[in-house]
Amino acid sequence: MSEKAFQRIYTKLTAITKATVTLEAQGVANDELALVAGRLAQVVKIKDKSVTLQVFGGTEDIPTNAEVTFFGEPPSLNVSDDLAGRFFNAYGEPIDGGPAVEGEKRQIGGPSVNPYKRRQPSQLIPTGIAGIDLNNTLVSGQKIPFFADPDQPYNQVMSMVALRADVDKIILGGMGLTNDDYLFFKNQFESAGALHKIISFVNTTDQPPVERLLIPDMALTAAEYFAVDKNEKVLVLLTDMTLYADALSIVSNRMDQIPSKDSMPGSLYSDLAKIYEKAVQLPDGGSITIIAVTTLNDGDITHAIPDNTGYITEGQLFLRADPDSGKVIVDPFRSLSRLKQLVQNKKTREDHSAVMNTSVRLYADAANAKTKLENGFDLSDYDLRCLDYAKEYATRLLAIDVNISIDEMLDTAWELFGKYFTKAETGLKEKLIEKYWKATEK
Amino acid sequence: MTTGKVTGIIANLVTVEVNGPVAQNEICYIDLAGVKLMAEVIKVNGNKASVQVFESTRGLQIGDTVEFQGYMLEVTLGPGLLSSNFDGLQNNLATMEGVFLKRGEYTKPLDENKLWDFTPIAKAGDQVIAADWLGEVKEGWLPHKIMVPFSFEGTYTVKKVAEAGQYKITDTIAVLTNADGEDVNVTMTQKWPVKVAVGGFVEKPRPFKVMETGVRCIDTLNPIAEGGTGFIPGPFGCGKTVLQHALAEQADADVIIMAACGERANEVVEIFTEFPELKDKHTGRSLMERTIIICNTSNMPVAAREASVYTAMTLGEYYRAMGMKVLLLADSTSRWAQALREMSNRLEELPGQDGFPVDLSAIISNFYARAGYVKLNNGQSGSITFIGTVSPAGGNLKEPVTESTKKAARCFYGLSQNRADKKRYPAVDPVDSYSKYLEYPEIIEYLDEKIEKGWVDKVIKTKYIIRKGKDAYEQINILGDDGVPMAYHEQYWKSELIDFVILQQDAFDDIDGCSPLERQKFMLDLMLEICDKSFKFNNFEECMTYFKNLINICRQMNYSEYKSEQFEKYFGQLKEELKHE
Repeated sequence: MSEKAFQRIYTKLTAITKATVTLEAQGVANDELALVAGRLAQVVKIKDKSVTLQVFGGTEDIPTNAEVTFFGEPPSLNVSDDLAGRFFNAYGEPIDGGPAVEGEKRQIGGPSVNPYKRRQPSQLIPTGIAGIDLNNTLVSGQKIPFFADPDQPYNQVMSMVALRADVDKIILGGMGLTNDDYLFFKNQFESAGALHKIISFVNTTDQPPVERLLIPDMALTAAEYFAVDKNEKVLVLLTDMTLYADALSIVSNRMDQIPSKDSMPGSLYSDLAKIYEKAVQLPDGGSITIIAVTTLNDGDITHAIPDNTGYITEGQLFLRADPDSGKVIVDPFRSLSRLKQLVQNKKTREDHSAVMNTSVRLYADAANAKTKLENGFDLSDYDLRCLDYAKEYATRLLAIDVNISIDEMLDTAWELFGKYFTKAETGLKEKLIEKYWKATEK
Repeated sequence: MTTGKVTGIIANLVTVEVNGPVAQNEICYIDLAGVKLMAEVIKVNGNKASVQVFESTRGLQIGDTVEFQGYMLEVTLGPGLLSSNFDGLQNNLATMEGVFLKRGEYTKPLDENKLWDFTPIAKAGDQVIAADWLGEVKEGWLPHKIMVPFSFEGTYTVKKVAEAGQYKITDTIAVLTNADGEDVNVTMTQKWPVKVAVGGFVEKPRPFKVMETGVRCIDTLNPIAEGGTGFIPGPFGCGKTVLQHALAEQADADVIIMAACGERANEVVEIFTEFPELKDKHTGRSLMERTIIICNTSNMPVAAREASVYTAMTLGEYYRAMGMKVLLLADSTSRWAQALREMSNRLEELPGQDGFPVDLSAIISNFYARAGYVKLNNGQSGSITFIGTVSPAGGNLKEPVTESTKKAARCFYGLSQNRADKKRYPAVDPVDSYSKYLEYPEIIEYLDEKIEKGWVDKVIKTKYIIRKGKDAYEQINILGDDGVPMAYHEQYWKSELIDFVILQQDAFDDIDGCSPLERQKFMLDLMLEICDKSFKFNNFEECMTYFKNLINICRQMNYSEYKSEQFEKYFGQLKEELKHE
C-alpha cells in the first residue's frame, strides 16, 4: 500500500495509548487508513478536529512528532484469480516471496448480502468423521466453530476436514497462529497437492495482536470474490477467533469503552456476527462456508467469547478427550449442527436422523450409568450394556480418526443397537426396525 | 427545515451541530458524497444532536451535511404487507437490486401499481373516528380493512366512499368532513410512527381465550392466552428457533409477524423458502400468505435492530385494528437490548447492570404492554399475542434482559440446557416454566367450556406428577436404585411417561409436530389414567422395563395419524399391556 502524492503530512500527536494515537487533522473520513511512523493505522473515532487511529502494529516507540499521512480510503485487497496458492500477511502483502497480486482493488469489510437474495443451504459436506457427518452434518453455506481447549488438536482436525471437503477454494485466516502451526498448515496443504486452491492470510504470535483484526475481513473479501464473482464453493478456515476477540478488547479498552461481560467490548456480538454472517449460499451456485476455532478456557462455554459465538454460528463442534476410549472425540451432547436437518434423510439415507438421535440418547443413558458407578451404586443389566455400548460407540463412531462413508456409519450404529439392545429399548420407529435391524448374539 | 453539519463520529454514533429545532427521535439524512444515510436523533445537548445511523458510517467526514425531516421513524400501512420481507426500516428486501445491500438504498414497502378489489363498508353520512372501517380489499384470503387513518383526531362525517371496484393504494377511496367542515381525502395507505402505540380501540380487557399452538408443552401445560404475552429464554442450542418456527407454522392466528432481530440470516431464509410450500393447518392456504417477515439479521446495521421490533409491533397493531388475531414473534429481544447497550456505551451514559442502560426494564415492559386483546369501536375484537425469545449470556437467567422480561411477560417458557443435552425436545423446563393465565378465572372458565370441566385441575395434577418424579429421581440418584422404596421408582417412571409422551414432541415429524387440542386431551387423559394405577413390581428393573415398553407404544401412537387404524393398533397394544399390571 502506498501513500498518495501531495498528501498533507501531520507531525503532532496529542495522545498515545498502547493501541491508539490521537492527532488533530482535517478532511479525514471514518474508517480510512493512515501511516503513523511507517505503521499502518485506521481511523476509529473523529471528534471535531481530533482524530483517533488504531495502530495495527502497536505504538511502541512512536514519538509525539511522528509523521502521519492519510490514504483517503479504508483497507482493501487486490482480488483476482492470482490470489490462489499464495500466502499473505494481515495487510494482504505476500509473505511467500512472490510478487504482489494485481487485480481489482476491493474494500474489505464490505456490505452484507441481502438476506432475501440468499438461498437455503442444501449441499452436504462429507468429512468422513462420524462425529461430524453422522451427528452434526455440515452443509455448505454454514458457519460453525470448533470449541476446544487449547490442548486439543483442533488445527489438525480442521485441516483434515478442509482437505477432504469437496470445495473449489480453501481460504485460511490464521490469527495468532504459532509459527509451528503455520508451518503445519503449509506442509499439510503442500503435501496434499492442494496448494493451487488455497489462499492464506496469516498473523503469527510474533506479530502485533491488533493486526489480527484485519485477518477475517481480508480472508472473507477474497472468499466473496471467488464465491460471488466466480460462483465457486469456498471454505474459509478461521483460527483462532478467541485471539481475534482478545484483540478487539485491547482496542476498546484503550479507547476507554465500558466493558461488558468478561472485559469484552459491548459490541462483541455484532463484531463477531459481521464476520460469521458472511457465510452464505448464493443463488448462482457460489457459497462461503466458515469453519472456525474458538479456544476455550477449561471447557467453559459460558465465557463471553464462546457464548456470543454460539448464538451467532449454526452450531458448534465440541472436541474433547474421552477417557474411556482414549481418543479425541466430537462430543455428541455439546456439539450441534443447526443445518443438519436440511440434508439428513434428504441427501443421506432415510434412517439417518432416527439413528443419530437414538445413538446419542443411549450414549446419554451410558453417562447416567457412569455417574451411578462413580457414586458407588450397583448397576443394572441395562446400565452395563449401555457402558459397553458407549465405549464401542466412542471408538468406532465418535473418534476423530474415523474415516468412513455415511452409510457405513449408519450400518455401524445399527450393528451396535443390535449387539447391545432390544428393539423396544431403542424406541425406533417400527418401519425402520423392520428394514435395518441387525440381530446379533447377546 | 433544520440542517446541520457532522462534528463527531464513533462507529454509528454521529454528532451533528444543528441550526434550528430538532426533536428527540426525529429522522435525518446524512449526505455522504451523494448517498443519503438515514439516522435517528437519540440525544440533544445544546446545539449538538447525537444521532444513531442506520447504516455503516465508513467514509463519513467532519462537515458533511445533515437534513432533518421533521418526523419520527414511521411505517407505511396498507394492503400488500402480507407475505413481504422487510428490513427493520420497512424497506422491501425483495425489490432491492443486486446481491449486496447497498448503503442508502431505500425501497418502497408497498406496490403502488397493484390494483385491489375494493368493497365499501361505510356509507355517506356515517359518523366515524380514527381506525373505523371504511371499506375492505381481499389481501390473499384475509379481508383487509381500509380504515380512517389512526392520526385523525375527533369525529368525521363520511362525505363519500368510492364504489366497489379496482383501485391502487394511492387512489382516494373516501372523502371525510371534519368538525370544521373541511374535506379530507383518504387513500388505502397511511403512515404511523413506530414508537407510538396505535390506539383505535375502546378497551383492553384481560385475555380470556387460549391460543392453540399444537405444541403440547405449551397448550396442555402452560397455555398462552390470545392477546397474551410470553417469552422463551434459553442458552444457544436449546431449540429456541425450532420452537418459534413451530409456533409460526401452527398457531391458530390470522396473521403472523416474525421479527428476526439480530439473528442468523439463514433462519430467515428457511422461513421464506419453506413457508410458501407449507399449508396453514386451519385454512389450507399457503403459510406465507399470512406471514410478514421483518428481518434485521445480526450483520445488518445494529441501530436498525431496535427499529425492527417496533416496526413489527406497529404492523401487528394495524392488523389488530382490522379485528384480526395476530401472533407476533421476536427473535431475539436480547439482541435489541444489546443494540441499546452499544449505543448507551458510545453516548458515555452511566451504565446499569452488565453495562445495559438503566431504563432497560421500562423499555421492555412498555413494549410488551403494546400486545393485548382489544375491543374495537365497532364491537368487534382483535388481538396481538406476543412471544419474544431471550438469549441470556452464558445461559444464566439472572441477567438484566431475562429479569426485566420476566416482569413484563405472563408466560415463561424456560429452555433447559440439561433437557437439550439429553435431546428431550422441546427443551421447555416443565418445572420452572409457567403460564400466569392458568390462574385467570376467565381462562379456567374458558377451558372448562372448550375442553372439559375441571381441565385446569388435570393440568395442575400433571405438573404435580412431574415434580414428584423429579424429587424421586434426585432421591434415587443420592441413595441408589436399591436404596429407595419401589414407590420411588414407580413415581419416577410415571413422570418419565408424561415427559416422553406429552412433553417431548418431534417438531420435524409431520404428525407428531402438530398436536390438536382434542388429541392432546385424549393423550393426557390416557397418561393420567396410567398414573392413577398403582403397580406391584418385584424390582426396579421390572418397573423400568414395563414403563419403557409403555413409553415406546405411546410414542408410536404419537407418530400415527390420530384415530387411524395404526393408532388404534398401538392403543390396543397399550390396553393389553395395562391389563397385566
